Amino acid sequence: MNTEKKRGGWSWWYLLFVIQFAVALWPPLYNRAEPYLFGIPFFYWFQLLWVIVSAVFTAIVYFSVEE
Amino acid sequence: MQEVNWIALTIFVLLFGLITWLGFAAAHWRKGNLDMLHEWGLGGRRFGTVITWFLVGGDVYTAYTFIAIPALAFGAGAVAFFAVPYTIIIYPLMFLIFRRLWNVCSKHGYITAGDFVKGRFGNRWLALAVTITGIVATMPYIALQLVGLQVVIGALGISGTGLMADLPLFLAFVILAAFTYSSGLRAPASIAIVKDILIYITAIAAVIIIPYELGGFGKIFSAVPAQKLLLAVPGPNTTGSYSGYATLALGSALALFLYPHSLTGILSASSGRVIRRNAAMLPGYTFMLGLLALFGFFVIASGVDKLPQYAAGFKQFGNNFAVPALLLHSFPAWFAGVAFAAIGIGALVPAAIMSIAAANLYTRNIHREFINRNPTDKQESHVAKLTSLIVKGGALIFILFVPTQYAVQLQLLGGIWIIQTLPPVMLGAYTRWFNSWALLLGWAAGTFAGTWMAYAVKLTNTYPLHIGEHTFPGYSAVYSVVLNLLVAIVLTPVFNAFAATKPHADQTVAADYQA
Repeated sequence: MNTEKKRGGWSWWYLLFVIQFAVALWPPLYNRAEPYLFGIPFFYWFQLLWVIVSAVFTAIVYFSVEE
Repeated sequence: MQEVNWIALTIFVLLFGLITWLGFAAAHWRKGNLDMLHEWGLGGRRFGTVITWFLVGGDVYTAYTFIAIPALAFGAGAVAFFAVPYTIIIYPLMFLIFRRLWNVCSKHGYITAGDFVKGRFGNRWLALAVTITGIVATMPYIALQLVGLQVVIGALGISGTGLMADLPLFLAFVILAAFTYSSGLRAPASIAIVKDILIYITAIAAVIIIPYELGGFGKIFSAVPAQKLLLAVPGPNTTGSYSGYATLALGSALALFLYPHSLTGILSASSGRVIRRNAAMLPGYTFMLGLLALFGFFVIASGVDKLPQYAAGFKQFGNNFAVPALLLHSFPAWFAGVAFAAIGIGALVPAAIMSIAAANLYTRNIHREFINRNPTDKQESHVAKLTSLIVKGGALIFILFVPTQYAVQLQLLGGIWIIQTLPPVMLGAYTRWFNSWALLLGWAAGTFAGTWMAYAVKLTNTYPLHIGEHTFPGYSAVYSVVLNLLVAIVLTPVFNAFAATKPHADQTVAADYQA
C-alpha cells in the first residue's frame, strides 16, 4: 500500500476535482432564476458553465500530472 | 402519426443502410483475429483517443438519454437537469480510478470486472456476484434502447397491427445482431462516429433554430410553469429536492462506470493515457446533454403536445414522444429523418456494446469458471458471440411482449444493483484490505436493502430516509451502497479474525496499477 501510494502519487492538483464535485453536488448554490443570461435562468446556464469549468479543471490536472 | 412520412423515412433508411455496411466492414478495420475474445470483445485494446471518445460517448449518451432526459424536463422540469452534474462528476472518477483499472486489466489480460475481482480477491463467488449483477443490470438497459428506437419508428409514421407493427424494430435488431456477431466491438466503435456526427448536427441545429422560431430563450423560459423552472426549496426538517437532486447525480455517476458496457469501452482503449485524455475531452458530450435537456422546455413553449396531429404519438409513447414531436414540428421532413436516424443509431451503438459486455461476462466468469475450464481461444470467442445473440434476443422479446413501464422500472432497479459492485471494483482498484466474504455479504445487504427501498417508494428514485426529526430524501442506490460499505468494513476484521489461514490469492501487485 505504501509504495503504491508513493508511486501512485497524490497530487495537490486533485483538489480541483474536489471543488468540481462540491459545486456540482450542492444545489442550494445554483437553484435560483436570477440573474438571467440571454433569457436563460441562472440554474441552467450556471450548470452548463460549470461543465466547461470542470473540463478545464480536468485538463489542468491532466497536464500537471502527466509526466 | 397516421401517415407515413416518406421523405423522413427515406433518409432514415439510407442512413441505416450506411451504418449497416459500416458495421460489417468494421471487421477488417485494424484487423485482428476475431477468434480471440479480446479481439472480438475489446477490439484488441487498440482504440486511441479519438475512437475511445466516440465509443465511451456512445456508452454514456444513449438513445434513451436523448429521449428520456428531455421528456423528464418536459414532464417534471428542473430535476431533469441532474444529468448535468451527473455527467460532470463521472470524468474525475474516470481519470483517477479507471486509469488504474485499465493498467491492471491490460497487464493481466482481464476483460471484465469479474476477471478483475477474481484476480484481486481470489474469490470466485464474489466474482460471480459481480458478474450476475452486471448481466442482470445490463439486460433492461438494452431493452430501453429499443424503446428509443420504437419511439422514432413510431414518429416516422410507421404503424400497423400485430406482427407488422413490430417488423421495423425486428429488422433493426437483426441488423444489429448480425454485425455485432461478425465484427465484435469494432462495429459499434465505427458506427459511433457516424452517430455522434448526426447527433451533433441535430443538437446544434435544434438549439439555434428552435429558440429562433419560438422567439428566443426568454420567451421559452417564461412559458415554463414556475414550479417546473427551479427545484422546490426544501421545507423545515428536510433536505427535500436538494438532496434528491444531488444524490441522483452522485449515484448515477458512481453506477455508470460500474456497468459492464462502460468498462468494456474503457478497457478497449490502447493506453491509460488515452483514458485520462478522454476524461478531459468527454465533457463535450455533457454540454450537449444539457442543451438536449432544454428541449423539454422547447416542447412546453412550442405547445406541440396540444396539437392534434401528435396526440396519437403522445398517447402511445407518453412524454417520450416529446422530442420526436418537437423535431417533426420544427424541421423540414428530410432533417427530421436525419435527427431520427441519429437517435435510432444512437440506440444500436450502446445496445451492441452492452450485449458484447454481457457476453464477455458470461463467457469469462460463468462459462469458463463453472462449465468449461480450459476452452480454446476459438471456443471462448464462439461462446461470447452466441451469448451476445441470446442477450439481444432476450431484450427484443422483453420489449415486444412486456409493457415498457417494466423495462423502465427494471432499469431503475438495475442502477441500484450495479452500484453494489462498487466496493470490490472501484475500491478494489485501490486496496485489498477488504475480506472477500465481507464484500460478498455487503453486496447482498446492499442489494436487498436497495431493492426494498425502491419497492417502499413504489419504484421511484427517491427514498425518504428518516433520521430523528429529519428527512433526507435521496437516491436509493446511494443509501444502499453506504450500507453495503458499512457491512463490508465491519465484517472484514471479524472474518479475518476467524479465518484459520489468511487466504490471499491476489494475483496483482501494486506496480500493476501504475502506467
